Amino acid sequence: MSAEQQYIELYQETKGMLCRHSAQPLNALREQAFEDFKQLGFPTRKVERYKYTDVAEAFAPNYGLNLNRIAIPVNPYEVFKCDVPNLSTSLYFVVNDQFYDKALPSAQLPEGVIVGSLKDAADTHPELVKKYYGTLARTSKDAINALNTMLCQDGLFVYVPKNVIVERPIQIVNVLRSDVDLMVNRRVLIVLEQGASVKMLFCDHAIDDRNFLTTQVIETYVGENAHLELYELEETHVKNTRFSNMYADQQTYSTAVLDNITLHNGMTRNRTDLTLSGEYAETTLNGLVIADKEQQVDNNTLIDHKAAHCQSNQLYKYVLDDKARCAFAGRVLVREGAQQTTSQETNANLLGSKEARIYTQPMLEIYADDVKCSHGSTVGQLGEQAMFYMRQRGIPYDEARMLLKFAFAADVLQTIKLDALHDRLNYLVDKRFRGELSKCEGCKMCK
Amino acid sequence: MLEIKNLHASVNGKEILKGINLVINDGEVHAVMGTNGAGKSTLSNVIVGNPAYEVTEGEIIFNGKNILDMKPEERAQEGIFLSFQQPVEIPGVSMTNFMRAALNAKRKHQGLEPLPAGEFLKLMREKRKIVELDSKLANRSVNEGFSGGEKKRNEIFQMAMLEPTFSILDETDSGLDVDALRIVAEGFNKLRTPQTSAMVITTTSDCWTT
Repeated sequence: MSAEQQYIELYQETKGMLCRHSAQPLNALREQAFEDFKQLGFPTRKVERYKYTDVAEAFAPNYGLNLNRIAIPVNPYEVFKCDVPNLSTSLYFVVNDQFYDKALPSAQLPEGVIVGSLKDAADTHPELVKKYYGTLARTSKDAINALNTMLCQDGLFVYVPKNVIVERPIQIVNVLRSDVDLMVNRRVLIVLEQGASVKMLFCDHAIDDRNFLTTQVIETYVGENAHLELYELEETHVKNTRFSNMYADQQTYSTAVLDNITLHNGMTRNRTDLTLSGEYAETTLNGLVIADKEQQVDNNTLIDHKAAHCQSNQLYKYVLDDKARCAFAGRVLVREGAQQTTSQETNANLLGSKEARIYTQPMLEIYADDVKCSHGSTVGQLGEQAMFYMRQRGIPYDEARMLLKFAFAADVLQTIKLDALHDRLNYLVDKRFRGELSKCEGCKMCK
Repeated sequence: MLEIKNLHASVNGKEILKGINLVINDGEVHAVMGTNGAGKSTLSNVIVGNPAYEVTEGEIIFNGKNILDMKPEERAQEGIFLSFQQPVEIPGVSMTNFMRAALNAKRKHQGLEPLPAGEFLKLMREKRKIVELDSKLANRSVNEGFSGGEKKRNEIFQMAMLEPTFSILDETDSGLDVDALRIVAEGFNKLRTPQTSAMVITTTSDCWTT
């Protein structure tokens, strides 16, 4: 049976159950998504944006799904104390794809702000969810979008009304928890109305020693003059496979800071598509990847400059060791009429072993004639002179390597505007390089 | 303290040192002079164990131990220090983290606990004054953006922090103006004790008389 076939059959057999345990706005797109998925199939490596990841292979194993929405016996607030010291956040959990709504924090969100289950929001605010759901993550273009739309039942919904500023950062901890190998299809919808502002931190963890396969689609609307900071941190284990597609649309004068950090994982594929639809919008897209053993991370980005006077900055850094195989492909598209665009794209890679591999592909496509754009990429190893200098001062070889790797990664961390989070990540990255378990205190496992 | 016997060394297969013999006793400061390319820097690099240099014959005894089989960091922990002719810039590694790693590695070697943060910073402040480096030093990356004079003063500062028993100053005087030279020379003299020795490599003969 081909990898696609099992998902096609799964859908046909469980369609009723899928819909019963979800909500109408989500169900409305299911059938079209199914048709698109049948049409597309999993992308082969001949598809430009999937050149570096074997998708069919990742989806081939047979995972269980929790379509019947059986409650998972876990209290994440107890098993999971992943807090960021000195950072007071409104903390929420999503267990697999289910928003954990018991024992909610007594967080005082400003009036009108919604942070909760996507399914519930689709029931209580159907007009809101319908308006945005599935409009950025087109199912006709991408098989992961199609598969996720066809199978997802729940996820997260974040809504910030007009001119509301959420001062306290919102932290979402995605916990993968299961006693059997599990496939999770999580859906996230974030809407910032005009003049809204929010800072968010997404942490992905897996607390059971099981094979997990996650598809995640995040759709983000950043309205006129709205401000979004979104930090995504993956800290899972080697049995984890993640396909995440993030779409963001920015309107006039909006700003967005998106950081994507892969601290520890198994196989990860992150697609990030940003569209600058309104003039004078600014976007910062940064990434940091630390991979060793046989870990794989494939970051594939697109920044689409549709409007004039916009600015984009992109910095991705990779620190690879052992037999890690990673990829970065970033395309910046400056469309006709997007005059006065300023865009910078940088990818820098540090390889610590002969077997580590990075495939890097910065791309720049310009159809306007008055722009300032640059793109570039570097691949290198630790400087011998610096190594010797440090060792001459008595710093042992491994420690010197660690310090140099940390220094390399530091400038991505510096872009994090939340000081406490910045400090916490410094600490976690440091631990990661020391080869200590890169886990938060309280987490049961991360190997 | 240091005894070099019939030392031969080569770089990229080319023999540079052809049988050097040298004895440096406790408390002595030796000057090594010679024309450019004579092998002065090669000698210092071989003593500290730079992997780019290959010793083909002879031995180096430091306080009774043959150090040729030791890694560079082990030699440093034993008390050998090289003030680099061209100090290396290490962007992203702060002086504080760098010195803390170096000092604690040495303390570990001596069987001591790491120095508590407060005491460490106090020590940094004290030693910094010896070479008149300003307080911003702690947050700056190692040698990055330092002027030529600052880099040399930074070498002496590190020497003050690590308190080596044997120091090699490889043209620490070169490229310094008179004031910087005075600071570096005075700093070095303050650090001398009857138990420490040094080897000063220079191309000029009058600099260390100040």
